[in-house]
Amino acid sequence: MVQLSRRALTVGAASAAFAFATDVAAEEVVKIGVLYPLSGNAASAGNTSKMAVELGADIVNKGDPELAKLMPIARGGGLSGLKGAKIQLVIADNQGTPAAGQNQTLRLITQEKVAAMIGAYQSGITLTASAVAEKYGIPFVNPESVAANLTERGFKWFFRVTPVAADFAKAYSAFLKEQKAAGRKVDAVAIVHENTEYGNSVAGVIADVFAKEGLKVMQNIAYSANSTDVQPEVLQLKEKNPDVVLFISYTSDAILYTKTMKALNWKPEIMMADASGFNDQAYVKSMGREVEGLISRSAFAPGKPGSIAAICEALYKKKSGGDGLDDGSARSLEGFLVLADAINRAGSTDPAKIQAALKATNMPADQMVAGYNGVKFDAKGQNTLGSSLIIQMRNGDYVPVWPKAKATADLVLPFKGWTK
Amino acid sequence: MTTTLLLQVVVSGLLLGAVYALFSSGLSLIWGMMNVVNFAHGEFVMLGMYTAVVVWTAMGGGPWASVPIAAILIGTLGVLAYFLLVRHIMRGPMLAQILGTFGLALFLRYGALWVFGANFKTLPDDLVGHSFILGGIRFEGSRVLAGAVGFIVTVLLHLLLTRTSVGSRMLAVSEDATAAQLMGIRPQRMQALAWALAGAATGIAGALVATFFYTSPTVGETLAIVAFVTVALGGFGSVLGALVAGLLIGVVESLSAFLIGPVYKDVIVYAVFVLVLWFRPQGLMGTT
Repeated sequence: MVQLSRRALTVGAASAAFAFATDVAAEEVVKIGVLYPLSGNAASAGNTSKMAVELGADIVNKGDPELAKLMPIARGGGLSGLKGAKIQLVIADNQGTPAAGQNQTLRLITQEKVAAMIGAYQSGITLTASAVAEKYGIPFVNPESVAANLTERGFKWFFRVTPVAADFAKAYSAFLKEQKAAGRKVDAVAIVHENTEYGNSVAGVIADVFAKEGLKVMQNIAYSANSTDVQPEVLQLKEKNPDVVLFISYTSDAILYTKTMKALNWKPEIMMADASGFNDQAYVKSMGREVEGLISRSAFAPGKPGSIAAICEALYKKKSGGDGLDDGSARSLEGFLVLADAINRAGSTDPAKIQAALKATNMPADQMVAGYNGVKFDAKGQNTLGSSLIIQMRNGDYVPVWPKAKATADLVLPFKGWTK
Repeated sequence: MTTTLLLQVVVSGLLLGAVYALFSSGLSLIWGMMNVVNFAHGEFVMLGMYTAVVVWTAMGGGPWASVPIAAILIGTLGVLAYFLLVRHIMRGPMLAQILGTFGLALFLRYGALWVFGANFKTLPDDLVGHSFILGGIRFEGSRVLAGAVGFIVTVLLHLLLTRTSVGSRMLAVSEDATAAQLMGIRPQRMQALAWALAGAATGIAGALVATFFYTSPTVGETLAIVAFVTVALGGFGSVLGALVAGLLIGVVESLSAFLIGPVYKDVIVYAVFVLVLWFRPQGLMGTT
């Protein structure tokens, strides 16, 4: 067997990729690498994201008559810009480790010759996987990782569709200022956050944005998420009695806070949560009825019947056999549609042309599955139009209440909480 | 800051401490009786908690049903653990003892993950009764019940060990198993009894803790650390020491979290812990 040097292999692979790229129209297929945690402890989230991307490919390849009236890309019959080329997904498991994510991306790019990548859920894996794509000059679309540093690396091939903490903070502050204008008391805000990377960074960003927007954060309580007891924390809140409390918590601590607040019978005028634990189905099912009127955020709301979101929700339910879209899977689907739209406009599988098309992306709010104001990337590859819906707990389930245009129910304040 | 609020913090701490004592007594008993550290202790508590969850979801039973059932189930589990595992590894080196019960912990934890799933389960708050106000201070029904039972169970275990002939025989075995055997005591029977009692006390603790805490397969990890600290602080093998240590830790934790800040409470608790052990390595009520 002939021994090939690594350089020769790389050159060979690159030229093969180039050859593939030029005559793709004849093949009538566009390969997209899909990288998600299909095993490991984030497997359930990874599998819903994978299913959402598969739904996206179905929408492009097979189409949906109802959706086609609202979204041109859903006409079916593949990508019109590439003479009807079909999208072929090449799915890989990142196994929940940055190293596997890196290896799988390398395999998808050099062996499967994908034209673009999408993934990878966990910020830490997106970090390593996108570095490989950057090196090979393959566009990497990231629908759901929120770590701030991902778009601070000066990458040219990385595009993040999801909003990040700063966007959430702006949504919260706009929401609260609107309540203030309506005559509600929001003068004193308390932020209660768990003290690892997630809680600390998000709390920091929110405090900064609130300070700039003139909202007064009078109390900042950091705690450990695996505490056995949160009575002192709730008593601290009781002592200062803030108008608004914003929780940045995981599931177990969200449950403890809810139970403890009920036991010590203290509630603020407005109780808010930064999704996460408070949006976990386990929390919603067990505690939902104790927190009537709780405010949280979500990138997704089913919306009014006949809307893009409602149709996609119905299609997804058919595919999953029950569960609807949620905050995570809706963002994955949105990310995929952004990539498909860019490839369509590029009219080519040449990575450089797809990159240029992604840079020129300008999708309006009325084309969104997720509740964004649209998609438009800045020089760092961050979507500048990402935003969140404000949702409220009603009778044990969340409904969108803000902004008005996307609300399906009226906002009801003050926070009612437990009823008995 | 009002005095009422401060009193509320202390009361919360005392109730929390009584619960700590409740789920530490079983660990203390086994440690004192056999010089074996049961690393699966947290998982015993976790299974007691799941017993309460299952009793409630399957037959709508509150703690009056789940506490005796959990006592029997986890007591039996203790005896099984003794005869099938602990009895054998006690003959091995120290490392085998540590890894043996640690392996049992992992087995039980991932077994629970398999059977019950990773989701968090909770019991309704009104299972025990609502919170009530006494002298301006709020008492949570479920915590008062757990605290009271914790106090009673600990005192009963202490009386059993110090005032009954069974207790004397158990202590004799722990002092010198061979000498006890020469006196006509069967060491294995006494040790199995210790595991049964410890398991039952731990099962009771789990069933009561479940009324105000969340239940998940990994909850044992969170609770076990507190149990180990409580037992070490109270004195190895002293059941009454665990009660005193539990109350101390509960109050120190609550006060420091309230006055200094929640993230610092562990620093203060462990500083107190290290200081006490510095001056009394045998723990508050342990004997050298």
